[in-house]
Amino acid sequence: MVLSDVQSLLQCEVFSGIKFLDRRVMYGCASDLMSDVLAFSQSGALLLTGLVNLQTIQTAHIAELNGIIIVRGKKPDQRVIDSANAKGIPLLGTPYSMYEACGILYRAGIPSTMKCVEPSASSTTTHE
Amino acid sequence: MTVGHEETFSHTFTIRGKDFLAAGRVSTEIKGMLKELGIDAAFIRRVAIACYEAEMNVVMYANDATVTLSVTPRLIRITVDDRGPGIPDVGLAMQEGYSTATHEMREMGFGAGMGLPNIKKNSDEFTIESTVGKGTLLRIAVNIG
Repeated sequence: MVLSDVQSLLQCEVFSGIKFLDRRVMYGCASDLMSDVLAFSQSGALLLTGLVNLQTIQTAHIAELNGIIIVRGKKPDQRVIDSANAKGIPLLGTPYSMYEACGILYRAGIPSTMKCVEPSASSTTTHE
Repeated sequence: MTVGHEETFSHTFTIRGKDFLAAGRVSTEIKGMLKELGIDAAFIRRVAIACYEAEMNVVMYANDATVTLSVTPRLIRITVDDRGPGIPDVGLAMQEGYSTATHEMREMGFGAGMGLPNIKKNSDEFTIESTVGKGTLLRIAVNIG
């Protein structure tokens, strides 16, 4: 899958990096905490976030992410768009919520980049 | 820019506290320099992440800091020497999730108590010395050879 596929799946508006929409999307991650993105993401991941500021762009640049999808229909201001353009980072916006956007991409086959805890069968608790 | 056999490349930068608009500029410069030196991308990413977290700490908490980058064929070393409030309990600050951040810092996506643990995770050598009322000296290194 490439970014332009993500664009159609999530009905995205493109704020910057239209010439990079042929970039491959290998993994996704979603967070509003940039430290968590820095701690748990892999290079080449696509970031879904509701945080739209200069630090979002900076984090994507430092962590070598392939692009940013802003969720919940939020609009970046011009300074943020200029920074994304300067750093060559595709910045897209979707009207979907974080939960819906992640679900759509996960169902389309994009796995998670964040390896926080290895789930194990014994850790599942059921209440009766 | 080249790094010869035993040659050391070094450069000094300044970070200003509370300058949120410029936050990340030094890390970006360091990342660019390491790229020009032909360092492997995986090492650059670790250094850049550690450096960016350290830079955000300075911007959020300190008055200013001097950052020194030095590169030998075997090692990338970064020191961040800040003048600021210092850290009263370094052990506590090293715990994931412990934070004294304000609402404003959290709104930027930082201050969740992951900064110092994240810096340590991306470094092969990590030392931190802090004096309350004076500042904090962070030294990290990543082995590349």
